[in-house]
Amino acid sequence: MATTAEGFDIHSDHAHDAHDHADHKPGFFARWFMSTNHKDIGTMYLIFAIIAGIVGGAISGIMRVELAEPGIQYLTWWAEFMGGGSDLNTALHMWNVFITAHGLIMVFFMVMPAMIGGFGNWFVPLMIGAPDMAFPRMNNISFWLTVAGFISLLFSLFVPGGSGPGAGVGWTVYAPLSTTGSVGPAVDFAIFSLHLAGAGSILGATNFITTIFNMRAPGMTLHKMPLFVWSVLVTAFLLLLALPVLAAAITMLLTDRNFGTTFFDPAGGGDPVLYQHLFWFFGHPEVYIMILPGFGMISQIVATFSRKPVFGYLGMAYAMVAIGVVGFIVWAHHMYTSGLDVNTKMYFTAATMVIAVPTGVKIFSWIATMWGGSLSFKSPMVWSLGFIFLFTVGGVTGVVLANGGIDDNLHDTYYVVAHFHYVLSMGAVFSMFAGFYYWFPKMSGRMHSELLSHIHFWTFFIGVNVIFFPQHFLGMQGMPRRYPDYPEAYTFWHEISTYGYYIMAASMVLFFVNILYALVAGKKAEANPWGEGATTLEWTLPSPPPYHQFETLPVITDAHDYHDHRPATA
Amino acid sequence: MGQMQTRMRLAILAALAAGLAVTTPVSLAAQEGAAPAAPVTALEAPAGDAADAPAPAADTDADASAYTPMAPTKDKGMPTSYQDDAIKSLTFQDQYTDDGNYAQWMHDAILMPVITIISLFVLGLLLYVVVRFNRRANPVASKTTHNTLIEVVWTIVPVVILVIIAVPSITLLARQYETPPAEAVTIKATGYQWYWGYTYPDHGEIEVISNMLDEAEAVRRGEPGQLAVDNRMVVPAGVPLRIQTTATDVIHAFAVPSLWFKIDAVPGRLNERLLTIREPGVYYGQCSELCGARHAYMPIAIEALPPAEFAAWVRSQGGTMPGDAADEGGAAPASAAAPAAAPTPEPAPAA
Repeated sequence: MATTAEGFDIHSDHAHDAHDHADHKPGFFARWFMSTNHKDIGTMYLIFAIIAGIVGGAISGIMRVELAEPGIQYLTWWAEFMGGGSDLNTALHMWNVFITAHGLIMVFFMVMPAMIGGFGNWFVPLMIGAPDMAFPRMNNISFWLTVAGFISLLFSLFVPGGSGPGAGVGWTVYAPLSTTGSVGPAVDFAIFSLHLAGAGSILGATNFITTIFNMRAPGMTLHKMPLFVWSVLVTAFLLLLALPVLAAAITMLLTDRNFGTTFFDPAGGGDPVLYQHLFWFFGHPEVYIMILPGFGMISQIVATFSRKPVFGYLGMAYAMVAIGVVGFIVWAHHMYTSGLDVNTKMYFTAATMVIAVPTGVKIFSWIATMWGGSLSFKSPMVWSLGFIFLFTVGGVTGVVLANGGIDDNLHDTYYVVAHFHYVLSMGAVFSMFAGFYYWFPKMSGRMHSELLSHIHFWTFFIGVNVIFFPQHFLGMQGMPRRYPDYPEAYTFWHEISTYGYYIMAASMVLFFVNILYALVAGKKAEANPWGEGATTLEWTLPSPPPYHQFETLPVITDAHDYHDHRPATA
Repeated sequence: MGQMQTRMRLAILAALAAGLAVTTPVSLAAQEGAAPAAPVTALEAPAGDAADAPAPAADTDADASAYTPMAPTKDKGMPTSYQDDAIKSLTFQDQYTDDGNYAQWMHDAILMPVITIISLFVLGLLLYVVVRFNRRANPVASKTTHNTLIEVVWTIVPVVILVIIAVPSITLLARQYETPPAEAVTIKATGYQWYWGYTYPDHGEIEVISNMLDEAEAVRRGEPGQLAVDNRMVVPAGVPLRIQTTATDVIHAFAVPSLWFKIDAVPGRLNERLLTIREPGVYYGQCSELCGARHAYMPIAIEALPPAEFAAWVRSQGGTMPGDAADEGGAAPASAAAPAAAPTPEPAPAA
């Protein structure tokens, strides 16, 4: 019954008052800084992710503006602004700092906190009919570790990191650039940042696994769980298995940097390629960590707005499991040019292509869910439709890159940049906007403007495509990644790409206007604003849900169809 | 032994490819027809080009064998701008190796059609459901949630497509990893922060240090900015090259898009790959692994010369050709046993 810590006297007056108890909120500091409530923590994660997204998105703006034409335009100014010298090397170093910060922020402090920390925290307990997460206080630690990690990363921008301030090593932090190649504490701070964020994620993963295995409402078997919960469960396992490997790898970086070990230094018998194996053993599952919760959200949303249960529920669930498993055995396709032997490359080529199969199952199942449905195009649905198409485009370029022999030309070019932005900046981000518009009324109790959401969708859709589609051309022409400057021949498509950024940035303004509008003047949201298609448990609660929900557990009866997750009595 | 295995595997895979992929036999045949002839037919004397080439920057030699950097050919071995050729700017640079042509064929004839059709197919299905199954057109939703047949189909069909892709893909890998023949010319590319060094162990250990030219100087010499270098990596055309890469400080990557060639230069490792450039020319590339501040400013420029001119270049650099053993009083390197300046074209891969 007690879902908050008894030791804290935050319920003082009404602790025994059953009616008030469900909606009694503690004072500001206790509520937001000592929070053990999954919904509050989820809200904080979402706000945090939005702030990190603004920072990471602003950095990509700096980069796109710099890349609009050849030559170094603004980096010298930035180098001085950030406290470095005004020489060319410092300016160029700033570029590397920006690409590093953009990557790390977007991966660890935007997508992951939003997907798992934000939506996962908010809706896993609600969807399985649990009063809260299994370890509410650990949940709090997870969040604040993530915040601490972000602060550590921001701090790294202002301390020396080699040719200038900040860590300019790329999000992959490859040795020896990150060891002997970067003198100064910046890289240590960046590594520490990953340690903190990683620890937070591992704790979060344990929490989700425990919650999902032990706190499902009576009658909700694993095969009756909503697909979003399945997606978070698979993601949590990926986090639990992958992040310790990252932690080990970057700890070895730290000791190589500071304590004279030579794990990655050939002079002492180490090997720089070992770091790459360790990093990508984490890094590849990481990309599924970023997209699987999105898969789950898209499944919920497509079913809701088709007024039809998800097609091939078991296939959908086990496709995610398959993607998770296979995701662990394809890591070296990120290292095709590092000097792997031919047999290894053949294996990783074949294994990588296998992932296209379960991914295809998901794409086709979403379409089959809509087939024969009665579709309404509310904002979450249009974002989901956009997701399905753009994720397919990003997926098929992944099949191209999977071929080790083809990758010899495309590796570390803009083709790769275009590919992973199609699956992340359009895949993951579109699913997050879909999820946000889907659940915003539930979380806030207010309706957002459908008109603004639709305009936001179309402008964002056009913007990101204008940014990233031409990058395929640049990559095939040979434009390498992580370059602040380039030969003149690449100018045209870079310029187009930068125009796309302006469209996308303008589009984001609409998003914030929409949130403000909803919070200030939005209509009150009903318990279920989306109609009969919304069948999961969160829609049985008022919007916003009471501070403590399901104090009487809902019972999922055997008689009812497992696609309808509501209690039989609802 | 390893070479034998690779060749056998190659033969088997090529046979598989011929059997499975409908378009494969035609294109393979077309490629192999062209390949052996290339080194001979492609030897256009660069004299015309060389005439308007600028004087070499640092060469002190003034004798007859003095080397003059070849003038690059527009759109060959370098990116093409949209303004120059909109269509070309959308795809790969023209390829000047057989493996590059094979890879590009695989991309253009197999991968590109497949991914385009899949994307359009998904888009078409989405548009269809949007039109056909919207609330107005279809007010009552069906309750269908399973259809074993269709689920099996959309699992099996992608598997078949992937197997079809895998055949040329594995063939390509096998081709790229053919062991260089014993007589191959060895060139070691070493990445430094932030320039390249090229050493020629078979040619008296010549070392060429290659720095980027600044934009103005590149333009003055008629070369593309940020791709031009002061001293190029000069190699013989039509001859198998054993390219080895390594680095001394951080990881770099030796990449030349028009040769479909990219290998990381990793400290403590010696990566090796076979490269046969079909015809003379200047081929530009750029460092492709983040290596610090001036990552963007350490380009690669390969100048492939007819073998005789390559030999002249070697001598102009104070090096020796393996066949020079007699003249140079036995100072030739160990690999002198290999046939000298008259190269045998690489045998065409088994078909």
